[in-house]
Amino acid sequence: MSGSESGNESGNGTGTGTFVGMPAFPRAAHDAVNDQTLRGNLRHATHTIRAKRAKAVAEVSDWAALRDAGKRIKDHTLRHLDRYLEQLEESVTAAGGTVHWAADADEANRIVAQLVKETGESEVVKVKSMATQEIGLNEALLAEGIHAYETDLAELIVQLGKDRPSHILVPAIHRNRSEIRDIFRSEMGSWGRPAPEGLTDTPAELAEAARLHLREKFLRAKVGVSGANFMVAETGTLVVVESEGNGRMCLTLPETLISVVGIEKIVPTWRDLEVFLQTLPRSSTAERMNPYTSMWTGTTDEDGPRAFHLVLLDNGRTDTLADEVGRQALRCIRCSACLNVCPVYERAGGHAYGSVYPGPIGAILSPQLRGTQSEIDASLPYASSLCGACYEVCPVAIDIPEVLVHLRERVVEGGEVIRQGNKVVLRPAKGHAAERAAMRAARWAFTHPAALRTGQRLASRTRRLQPRTLPGPGRAWSGTRDLPALPKEPFRDWWQRTRTRGGSKEGSK
Amino acid sequence: MRVALFLTCVNDTLYPNTGRAVVRLLSRLGVDVDFPVDQTCCGQAHYNTGYRHEAEPLARRFADVFGEYEAIVTPSGSCGAMVRELYPRMGERARAEGRGESLATALAPVVPRTYELTEFLVDVLGVTDVGAYYPHTVTYHPTCHGLRSLGLGERPRRLLQAVKGLELVELPGAEECCGFGGTFALKNPDVSAAMGADKVRNAESTGAEVLCAADNSCLMHLGGTMTRLGTDMRPVHIAEILASAEEEPAV
Repeated sequence: MSGSESGNESGNGTGTGTFVGMPAFPRAAHDAVNDQTLRGNLRHATHTIRAKRAKAVAEVSDWAALRDAGKRIKDHTLRHLDRYLEQLEESVTAAGGTVHWAADADEANRIVAQLVKETGESEVVKVKSMATQEIGLNEALLAEGIHAYETDLAELIVQLGKDRPSHILVPAIHRNRSEIRDIFRSEMGSWGRPAPEGLTDTPAELAEAARLHLREKFLRAKVGVSGANFMVAETGTLVVVESEGNGRMCLTLPETLISVVGIEKIVPTWRDLEVFLQTLPRSSTAERMNPYTSMWTGTTDEDGPRAFHLVLLDNGRTDTLADEVGRQALRCIRCSACLNVCPVYERAGGHAYGSVYPGPIGAILSPQLRGTQSEIDASLPYASSLCGACYEVCPVAIDIPEVLVHLRERVVEGGEVIRQGNKVVLRPAKGHAAERAAMRAARWAFTHPAALRTGQRLASRTRRLQPRTLPGPGRAWSGTRDLPALPKEPFRDWWQRTRTRGGSKEGSK
Repeated sequence: MRVALFLTCVNDTLYPNTGRAVVRLLSRLGVDVDFPVDQTCCGQAHYNTGYRHEAEPLARRFADVFGEYEAIVTPSGSCGAMVRELYPRMGERARAEGRGESLATALAPVVPRTYELTEFLVDVLGVTDVGAYYPHTVTYHPTCHGLRSLGLGERPRRLLQAVKGLELVELPGAEECCGFGGTFALKNPDVSAAMGADKVRNAESTGAEVLCAADNSCLMHLGGTMTRLGTDMRPVHIAEILASAEEEPAV
């Protein structure tokens, strides 16, 4: 089926409750840039991890080969995704698990809520999961009377603070220690065990408060909800890579485990993990080896969960896979190295991206998963100076600048895309008419050199009359920077004056 | 050797002294420089803002204007990267969209013959000491496209280190983007300005008199930030430093 849309794209924006109503990137970034505490927190955190990552990567002599291997494994898997997903379903089923397929956020949320209800429970513990954040699972469960408790330390801080995550790996990166202490003191009591009396902001005390609070929840919970970093097709094994051990408790203590995982997380064989278990920790936390790597395969009598459900989430991934340039975003292993090195993320903060996936990867992933028709999604491909630092650090070599430019083209020129499996012709996004006219005029001048020269000469002759600040869209530039003064004559006039027809051929005058 | 100067539209219109410096420098090194007057713009602003179809005629024009030269030299890492990295991509896309072979075919010969200035000096002419004299303290900002797309590496620094009288001081956070990014500076003015201000403060902390780069676009953004922040530092294109000589020093 083929169709044409202009207004609301029927993507899955409705599922991502936490970020609905976000302003477009430049406006959201304006607030962040002027928030000095946030700027300080982000600057400190990103510069620290950036330096550590560079050191950890430099230790590995075959990093370039590992990067290339990761890219190839992911590309191969994505090319044959249908086959590997079927293989995974067989392996998981053979190991005693049950596989569910979810086309979008709503379907995934319905499946999980139904599975929890069948256990008769009204509480679940969760290990940090981008996929469940993406579909707004906590809010969907709450609407069904089910409370989801986040157990990752940073996610706990975000949840207690009624906040939103702002980083893939460190969701509370925008908070400093004293802010965290205040949140623990005021909020823990209403969620469970309160913070100890006289809690200070030393890391050890904050960690102990979280440990005591979470321990009660782990021991009580009958249902755990997780995501996964990888799924191994040949064995049906799911892999969670984390630093605290809280995830391992979530995966092993409950009687029922429900894992919601994006279909792109698959790798064909156990052996393929070797590459990613080297590149992921070094890229993300700058660790040589990951502290807690949990792997679970179906169910086992007398050990771990008695029931295991795998919800395989599409939610725009198959559509993304249909895009030849954009599909490389699905290689992402969520290491967050691109966030930590990005000068725009450092100033704008994660919330400005209006998605659970912030930073450079978010700027290419969100507009593909959700479509480019909303204001925030149309602004994300422009949330980059195209400096290329993200591509340089990416452990699976996603050429983020290439995809950004590709998506910009989609925004301003429209074109054919696949949405929910159907071919759709997008019209150009609104609000680009003046820019398009300027680009066309510039192109016309640049293909008519005589006209360009006339314009240059006119500008040079009137140079003393010209303001150093600009009206209209140019005000954004001249509000914080002075424009250069125009020279007396453009280079080409000097060249023709000195080099041709009677002009001297002397070098520099 | 007959080379074409691809000056770029920004340099031609706003920074003609950079073009004059390149001519002076290359002539001093015995290179016969021509400036094809029908050249205009590489199309980078169009392409990077998403107007690929507006950029295509400019790429074709580039191929027509520069097709006959042995080498094409440009004093801009950014425009050089446009030609070397993005023109092949444009050719491939046009081909994939079934719009014939012609753009890809026209671009094929000019792409590998296009050099950024410092690359041309070091790799093609094989010089690092260009006989320049510039008695100032200088800090060098490696611009993103020169650094990452073209991989200029240590070439600009080696050229600067060989300049008589010049003291080169290291720039903290050198490899971070200055925040210009073409239309990024207009579309995300707050973030762009914050990045520019941080870059200028880092440059100021070195105590250098001059902030040098191989791209006037970045220097335009940083220079405008400097005057607004009230610093005494000056932005100077590397070509002007390398062209400067004892008998006629650049300021």
